[in-house]
Amino acid sequence: MRRISAIASTTFTELIRLKLFYAVCAIGLLLIGGSVFFARFSFQEEFQILKDISLGTITIFSSLLAIIATANLIPRDVEDRTAYAILAKAVPRKDYIIGKLLGAIGLIALSVLMMSALFFAILALRENAVLNALQQSPASSPQDMAATIATIHHAASWQLVAPATLMIFLRSAVIAALTLFVSTFATSNAFTIVVMMMVYLVAQLEPIAREYWLQARTAGVAARSFLALVAIAFPDLQALDFGDAVASGIVLAAPLILKAAMLALFYVVLYALLSIASFSGREL
Amino acid sequence: MRAFWLILIFAVGGAIKIPAEQNLARQSQARAALSLGEKFREGALLASLSGLRALAANVLYIEAHVAWEQTQWARMLLLFRQVTALQPGVVLFWDTAAWHMAWNASAAALNDSREPRVALRVRRQREFIEIGRQFLVRGIELNPNQPQLHEALARLYRDKLHDHTGASDSFARAAALPGAAAYDERFSAYELSYCEGMEADAYERLRQLYQRGERERLPTLLARIHALEEKLGVPNADRVIR
Repeated sequence: MRRISAIASTTFTELIRLKLFYAVCAIGLLLIGGSVFFARFSFQEEFQILKDISLGTITIFSSLLAIIATANLIPRDVEDRTAYAILAKAVPRKDYIIGKLLGAIGLIALSVLMMSALFFAILALRENAVLNALQQSPASSPQDMAATIATIHHAASWQLVAPATLMIFLRSAVIAALTLFVSTFATSNAFTIVVMMMVYLVAQLEPIAREYWLQARTAGVAARSFLALVAIAFPDLQALDFGDAVASGIVLAAPLILKAAMLALFYVVLYALLSIASFSGREL
Repeated sequence: MRAFWLILIFAVGGAIKIPAEQNLARQSQARAALSLGEKFREGALLASLSGLRALAANVLYIEAHVAWEQTQWARMLLLFRQVTALQPGVVLFWDTAAWHMAWNASAAALNDSREPRVALRVRRQREFIEIGRQFLVRGIELNPNQPQLHEALARLYRDKLHDHTGASDSFARAAALPGAAAYDERFSAYELSYCEGMEADAYERLRQLYQRGERERLPTLLARIHALEEKLGVPNADRVIR
């Protein structure tokens, strides 16, 4: 356990010193901050667009960070021979892999936290602004006024959005685990990133492949085998995406979030196991 | 040996994950309601790009808003179709698309000074209203538990198609859902009161609303009760409004 935490903290420190981390976070924060200028419609539209853009930005940038930061971990250690030094000191390869993954997940957690904090602050600021504007032109009756205020609170509630940001973090953790698996047999950093970009797209389409595989009886054997391969090998990233629902004001049920979180953790464990199996058999 | 372990983990992992994914997918209402063919439709690839989908939908929504300001109806329709395809679970998009088509585009078509033939203008107006109605019907299919869409469809039936039966049914469906506006039930009864042959039912429902107390006794309710009492020939002693 101490070995894993030592590798994880070293990895986290290395990653946080990367200029890439600051660049990705800066652009992400800029987009989230700028989203407030996109939204100058009715308050329902404003909060809808604000949430859509901010959640979309957090999703894209945390996914990018998960791929780019994790892809580099093993190839760089192998290239500068740090991996040899670590593994020569009786550090089991599984501890090395788990430590690397936890370090990368720590970085993702930090970036999601920073972007979410700014997003929630903007939501609160806009809520105050809309409420102030409402006070200056009050609704026709006290009941209407109370109903409008309740609708604004609901639309701008950060508590309703928080589960979606948690799922974005878990989703990015899955992508990091998958990237680490690819990097265990990749020959270069660029190869891992390119493969992961394609894997990311396929993983978005996995539910369609799975559904077609389970429902369609007319497809040929080759097509069905291909669909089965996609369904078995790739994670369903759409199942972990609650941005649309949250942005449109739907309150996510706790059991649904719990199920999705369990599925995400399962993916992380699955791809970590695959990484260990792949890296254990690799000749260094 | 390495390959054996990889295949084994993939196989066991796949066997566990597929039922879990299916279970979770069934709970995502709007997405699950899309047919397999629709998911493959043009734009499905973009639609599947998760975070990008929301961004793309919002950019297109803003473009649709600009198209409305510039009265480019065909462009606006195309953009709203893309927006609702990208985010079928967002009620606001269905509602706004329907409103722009059935109200704004239809009114513009009727008053189009470039078309001198009234019959063609009226036909174009009806086409836009029908497009608006279709947006709402499809939106309701994908989001059946959202009262706003049922209410919007009811308003369209009432104000644009003058179909009181359709309006009454839609208001009633909205009223039955959690989060519905307090007036939906009342509006359903009002609309029923205009339907030929449904006067007795409407009168009963209006009476029930009246008996709930002062809060329900609004001028329109009283006027509709009075009109129905006249029409049904309710004896003076039994009348609510004497």
